[in-house]
Amino acid sequence: MLRSPMLKNGLRVKPHKLQNREEKMSKETPLWEVFIRPRNGLSHKHCGSLHAADEVMALQAARDTYTRRGEGLSIWVVPSKSIFASDPDQAAENFEPGVDKVYRHPTFYDIPEEVGHM
Amino acid sequence: MYSQGLIGADGTTEETEEFLAAFQARIDREEKIEPNDPMPEGYRKTLIRQIGQHAHSEIVGMLPEGNWITRAPSLRRKAALLAKVQDEGGHGLYLYSAAETLGVSREQMTEELLSGKAKYSSIFNYPTPTWADMGTIGWLVDGAAIMNQIPLCRCSYGPYARAMIRVCKEESFHQRQGYELLISLCNGTKEQKDMAQDSINRWWWPSLMMFGPHDADSSHSEQSMKWKIKRFSNDELRQKFIDATVPQAEYLGLTVPDPDLKWNPEKNNGKGGYDHGEINWVEFWQVVKGHGQMNRDRIKARKKAWNDGEWVRDAALAHAEKRAARQTAQAAE
Ligand SMILES: [Fe+2]
Ligand SMILES: [Fe+2]
Repeated sequence: MLRSPMLKNGLRVKPHKLQNREEKMSKETPLWEVFIRPRNGLSHKHCGSLHAADEVMALQAARDTYTRRGEGLSIWVVPSKSIFASDPDQAAENFEPGVDKVYRHPTFYDIPEEVGHM
Repeated sequence: MYSQGLIGADGTTEETEEFLAAFQARIDREEKIEPNDPMPEGYRKTLIRQIGQHAHSEIVGMLPEGNWITRAPSLRRKAALLAKVQDEGGHGLYLYSAAETLGVSREQMTEELLSGKAKYSSIFNYPTPTWADMGTIGWLVDGAAIMNQIPLCRCSYGPYARAMIRVCKEESFHQRQGYELLISLCNGTKEQKDMAQDSINRWWWPSLMMFGPHDADSSHSEQSMKWKIKRFSNDELRQKFIDATVPQAEYLGLTVPDPDLKWNPEKNNGKGGYDHGEINWVEFWQVVKGHGQMNRDRIKARKKAWNDGEWVRDAALAHAEKRAARQTAQAAE
């Protein structure tokens, strides 16, 4: 079941925490996550969530809630129940392996200054 | 990869004058074009071709270096090479997803690579017989890639530009680890230094070919420059690359295999630059058309990976379907 953490490729997956709530109270208006593109050329960034009955109302509500002062040029809304998250309790084993690999960074390699920027 | 990405691109487009003018005005204002924006069919098709071929280059580009991971001479070099090849796999994935925003599927792109309809950079059709090649590839091949990819960070298509920003951040170490490797070889025994020189002799010209045909013979370049898919011409980038790398070869105490190479103080508007000998375009087109030394092996390796992975993809889908069916059944109870 969705509610119990699952193992997927060694990565434990958790449903979005608000999704749990929604499943318990199925009569509630669905929850949406809102993403806004702040400026031309940038990617959409998560800025919050809201309740709406369908995608049309979700977009309207997102505009009214999150873009009253020119915050963005484009909005995405995604049903919160479609979002799955990594388990925060597993953060260490997920992300620590990326921390001690100094050889993934350019500064690990010695290039004499005479050679110039590389 | 890179300027060769446009090979085979079809920029023909049938929109009205007004539509094209309005689109061009957006481009000229340096606005980024996003997946849902109206765009000429030719722009969309050109990008699918270029981004797809760029992605294929990253993936096929893992093969010549992957070949050396188990034989790296030290843990330090093995870790670096492993991390680099892993990055290239990631670059391929960023790029495939950027292409997918234009309405092409991953399966379709893969099929076109395997059937030979889509190309990848000619550079990966050369063999890697010695350890020095791991240094030369990092220095010259990734160096040429960086030269091409930096202007692509400002490409007019948003998802491609953003993927390129990510890629460029990761590329820097690729070039540095290669050059550092060559420094050690050149400070080593005579045999080691000779090995480095032999490697440069083999990779220099193919690296220059990475920038694609001469501007005069580059049929899709002009429209792509207008649409700001590319920002510099093939020859401009090639010149920049030569001017940057020749002094780096000198620092190593090595030479580039071009008897016609000569400093010309007049070049680059009086800033100076190198005149160079003629590139062997017959060889270039032969390799692009599939007759290079390693073309058959590369495609064979990709086909094998795709075919051997089929049961895994099928099993994963079957498992997901089974779980979904079970959930629906439980919900109905
Ligand atoms: Fe790459
Ligand atoms: Fe690279």
